[in-house]
This record gives sequence, C-alpha cells and structure tokens, in this order.
Amino acid sequence: MHPKRKQRLILALVVVVLSSATIGLITYALSGNINLFYSPSEVAAGEAPVDRQIRVGGMVVEGSVERASDRLETRFAVTDYAHVITVSYDGILPDLFAEGEGVVATGFLGRDGTVTATEVLAKHDENYMPPEVAEALENARATAVQP
Amino acid sequence: MWRIIHQFGSPPWVYRFCDRVIPWLLPLTAVALIVGSAWGLLFAPTDYKQGDSYRIIYIHVPAAVVSLAGYYIMAFAGLVSLVWRIKLADLAMRAAAPIGAAFTAVALITGAIWGKPTWGAWWVWDARVTSMLILFFLYVGVIALFEAYDNKTIAARACAILSLVGTVNIPIIYKSVDWWYSLHQPASIKFTGSSAIDASMLYPLLGMIVAFYALFALLMMLNLKQSLTSEYAQSNWLIKRITT
Repeated sequence: MHPKRKQRLILALVVVVLSSATIGLITYALSGNINLFYSPSEVAAGEAPVDRQIRVGGMVVEGSVERASDRLETRFAVTDYAHVITVSYDGILPDLFAEGEGVVATGFLGRDGTVTATEVLAKHDENYMPPEVAEALENARATAVQP
Repeated sequence: MWRIIHQFGSPPWVYRFCDRVIPWLLPLTAVALIVGSAWGLLFAPTDYKQGDSYRIIYIHVPAAVVSLAGYYIMAFAGLVSLVWRIKLADLAMRAAAPIGAAFTAVALITGAIWGKPTWGAWWVWDARVTSMLILFFLYVGVIALFEAYDNKTIAARACAILSLVGTVNIPIIYKSVDWWYSLHQPASIKFTGSSAIDASMLYPLLGMIVAFYALFALLMMLNLKQSLTSEYAQSNWLIKRITT
C-alpha cells in the first residue's frame, strides 16, 4: 500500500477506536441514567431516591392485583423474583397489563416503600406465537405439574 | 481479484453495472415485498397476546435491520473515500445517507404506532428508542454536513469522518436491550439457539428482511446512478452511454 494511504488508513482507524472508547466509557459511566427503571431489588437496597419521580420495573406478581370497586385505583406487586414492591395506580392500565407480565411504572416512591404511579406501561417480552401454540404449551405445563 | 475491486472504483463500469442489475433487481424486490407482506399480514397466525397488532413487526424489524446495515455500508464507503480518495466511494456514501434515514424513520414511526397499543405510550426515552433516534440524526447529519460546505472535497472528508465516528452507535443500538433495563423487548430472532418467535411467524419475517435488503440495494443503485449522471454530465462516456 502507498505509504500516504497507509498513514490515512491508520489515522482513520485511530479516530474510530478512540471515539468508540470515549463514547463507550461515557455510556458506561452513565449506565445508571441509561437504565429506564429501577428493579425492586435496587429500590429495596435504597438506591432509588425517595419523593422524586422514578420508574420501577419488573413482573406483576400473580394474584397480587387488587382493584377498587368504585374507582380506577389498582394496587399490585412488582417483583424481580428477589424483592417485591407495591405499586398503586389511579388510571387506565394498558391492554397488555396482566399478572405475570412485565410492567414499568412511573411514580413517586413513598417513605413506606410503596410507589404511587402516575403512568403504567406494559413491557412486552420477546415471545411471539400463535394462540394454539400458547395453549398447547400451557396444557403441556399443566400436565407436567400434575404427577 | 484486485481487478474486480478496481472496477468498482470506475464510474463508467459502475454505471453499466447498475444498468444491468436494476432490470433484474426491480421485479425481484417487488415480488419479494408483495409475497412477504401478503404472507405476514394475511397468512401468518395472530399472536396469542397482542392479537393482530404484532403484524407491524413485518415492517418495523426489517426497516430497523436494514437501517443498521445501511449505516455500515455508508461508513465503509466513507472510509474508502477518506483513505483512497475514490470519487465513487464518496458518491456511494452520500447515496446511502437519505435511504438509511428513510428506513430509520420508518422503524421509529412504526415503533411508535406499535408502542401506543402495546406499551401504552407513543414514545419512551429508553436506550433502544433513543439510540435509534441518534442513528436518524447521524444520517441526517451526514446529509446536512455535506450541504454546509462550499468546498465539496472538504465536505466529503468531513462526512466520512462523521459517519466513521458514528459507527460506535450501531453496537450500542444492537446491544442496548441487553446492557440496560429498557422497555423495548430483547431480540426475538436469535442467531444461536432457538428463536423466541414461532416458525410460522418467523419465515415471513425473514422473507421481509430479505425483501428490505433488496429494496435498499435497489434504491442505492438508483440513487448512485442519479448522482453519477449529475456528477459526470459533461463526460464523454456518459453522453455516449445515454445517446446510444
């Protein structure tokens, strides 16, 4: 290769490597801010600020959803299978909100450790399948559980 | 081997190459797009949880995949133009930018349309969505930067550097859902192990990804031909090529 071109190639690659390293280090340093939500474990460990707007994400615990009979208010527990946090929400839940499904709640963490949400978003998982397949899987799991 | 690579640096050869490939690629792309969308939108089964709204995946995912691949094509052309000072690489880099921007915009808009019924919000500043928006700005930035200079040689060099620096964003977009907590779900199509999407939905999706790659290649060639025509309007080879 022509020495001048070689020099330019090395220079271009150095620019790419250095800028990548810079941006990589910055994003690594800011990864706490890039995370969209806190997990219940982080809230339990006291990493989430109290009385400030935060997001909490995890799975809705099966059987934990309580709906008020006269209002929209709903209470449910969110877990990452290590810790549990209670969320109360007075509003319309997304269609895909269900027990055992992922959820991200925006709201304020009270001193009692419960989150009063102003917005609840459903976190969809990566699984896509036809209803028949889902049913077959459910049946297979049910028969596997019963000995 | 070197001869073939050198041919891609020759404007008359590339012009002729595009002329020869486009008549084949155009009907192939059209057929792939029609078959893929009909298969995905009409014949693929509904999803057990999302119902029919999941079908936007057949536009969203292919557009997103091609917008990432298109950026690498643009950045590679930028590198070649920067190091070897080949005019054609510079034209290819600029031809890729608006197409990539369009594909990124399609991915962002379809994502918002899907997000409203599924997540409950049009837009969420999560890592995947935000890094995808940065990709859109990078594409638009390359177009704007080129227009900002009067001296087009310097403009091409600045664009090449910008597109090279921007490549760091591509692995960030790709891995964002694994590195950070995000609302966007992780990838359903896995290169190793079994995919999290049922085969009856996966095959039309793969078909649409192939169709979108073909569409990118087709648009790229049409765009490149157009810029070759304006760049070499006074050249003998082009006048001869068009008039005969």
